[in-house]
Amino acid sequence: MFNIQYISEILPSLLSGAMMTLQVFGWTIVGSLILGVFLALGLVSKFKPLQVIIDAYVWLMRGTPLLLQLIFVFYGLPTIGIVFPRYEAALFAFILNYAAYFAEIFRGGLQSIDKGQYEAGRVLQMTYWQTTKKVVLPQVAKIVLPSIGNEVINLVKDSSLVYVIGIGDLLRAGNVAAARDVTLVPFILVGIMYLVLTGICTFFLRRVEKHYSYFK
Amino acid sequence: MLELKNVSKSFNGKMIINKLNLKIEDGKILTIVGPSGAGKTTLLRCISGLEKIDSGQFLLDGQQFDPFESRDNESVIGVVFQDFQLFPNLSVIDNITLAPINVLNQSETQAKKAVGEIIDRLGLEEIINQYPYQLSGGQKQRVAIARALAMNPSILCYDEPTSALDPELRNEVSKLILDLKENGITQVVITHDIEFANKIADQTLTVKPVK
Ligand SMILES: Nc1ncnc2c1ncn2[C@@H]1O[C@H](COP(=O)(O)OP(=O)(O)OP(=O)(O)O)[C@@H](O)[C@H]1O
Ligand SMILES: [Mg+2]
Repeated sequence: MFNIQYISEILPSLLSGAMMTLQVFGWTIVGSLILGVFLALGLVSKFKPLQVIIDAYVWLMRGTPLLLQLIFVFYGLPTIGIVFPRYEAALFAFILNYAAYFAEIFRGGLQSIDKGQYEAGRVLQMTYWQTTKKVVLPQVAKIVLPSIGNEVINLVKDSSLVYVIGIGDLLRAGNVAAARDVTLVPFILVGIMYLVLTGICTFFLRRVEKHYSYFK
Repeated sequence: MLELKNVSKSFNGKMIINKLNLKIEDGKILTIVGPSGAGKTTLLRCISGLEKIDSGQFLLDGQQFDPFESRDNESVIGVVFQDFQLFPNLSVIDNITLAPINVLNQSETQAKKAVGEIIDRLGLEEIINQYPYQLSGGQKQRVAIARALAMNPSILCYDEPTSALDPELRNEVSKLILDLKENGITQVVITHDIEFANKIADQTLTVKPVK
């Protein structure tokens, strides 16, 4: 059954599954990176209550399985009257979960910047935000890039968890074809497609890392 | 002229500076010497507005001013930190022009033109496109000085300018500081090194830990 004809028959459904995977991936990256930066700024702020709340949030998100969170949002919350459609439930759970990881990474990055950099900015009459933007964040970006990269690769694969709430992603498309046609081929194709996706991500991450190699 | 009147500073109830009076004359060099823990760095941080004083006054050319609050570009106190604190993500020229561009709202061309003379005087032409990690300690220090001078400070302060450098560079530093004095720059220099202080000082303040 490993022939071109069969492959071209199932390819459209796999590709449309891959599109769904990419959508979950893309929106999660955008949402969780933005949320993560703000959470991290909260974590390094001097306002204790905010710190404690975000710390608890991060602990909860990182301390329980993403699969549980996903099931909780889609199957659990409706029992108390909060109903998300499938796709929204997936994005909600993924963004909240990944934001916690990113917040922790950004916190580490922000804390590794010497306080003297802010002081140097200050005696040059620059504002806190000017120093943060022009001096601190570029350094943080360089420092956190490898860890962010790991999470990005993880997310490509984690996105397959949406399977359990019935979303038609790449994995589901493969599984449907495999069950219908009683063959391994779709699984192999699915594996290859994940490899391509992670490969593309790795390529872009390297490019960004290279961009930041002009300083140390 | 900068004048300190009855300046006091303590940390967690521990008195570090007790009612200090001090005058720093225009175009002169004041050195501050004293044992470790005497509060030299603390004094410099108060003068440059990085720490808030508990009581006392600063007068700049007779005008009262508060370096901790001041955002006035006419009364800048420049600082050359002990570890320089150059911005590693910026080239030498961008380190120097960052504040003129962002604070004084100069265009990039204006800013580069304006610092041309400073770069000349400190001999930085060859390295303006390099990044801090590519520089020697002495070069880093000259960049830090140039960066501070670009904001046209009323006073330039140094914390232990010889401590991060090879001992053979000590003479170069004193030459540099004396050369800047020739150009009319008022300087405050903290140092452990009495011999070095004697070489450059117009006036020396000896500090001791407050009992
Ligand atoms: N932010 C701070 N909080 C609490 N105590 C501080 C702080 N900064 C300095 N001190 C204390 O103030 C005293 C003076 O410190 P300072 O750094 O000014 O000394 P110094 O004369 O510069 O010493 P050194 O020659 O070792 O650099 C020390 O006892 C130090 O522990
Ligand atoms: Mg000191």
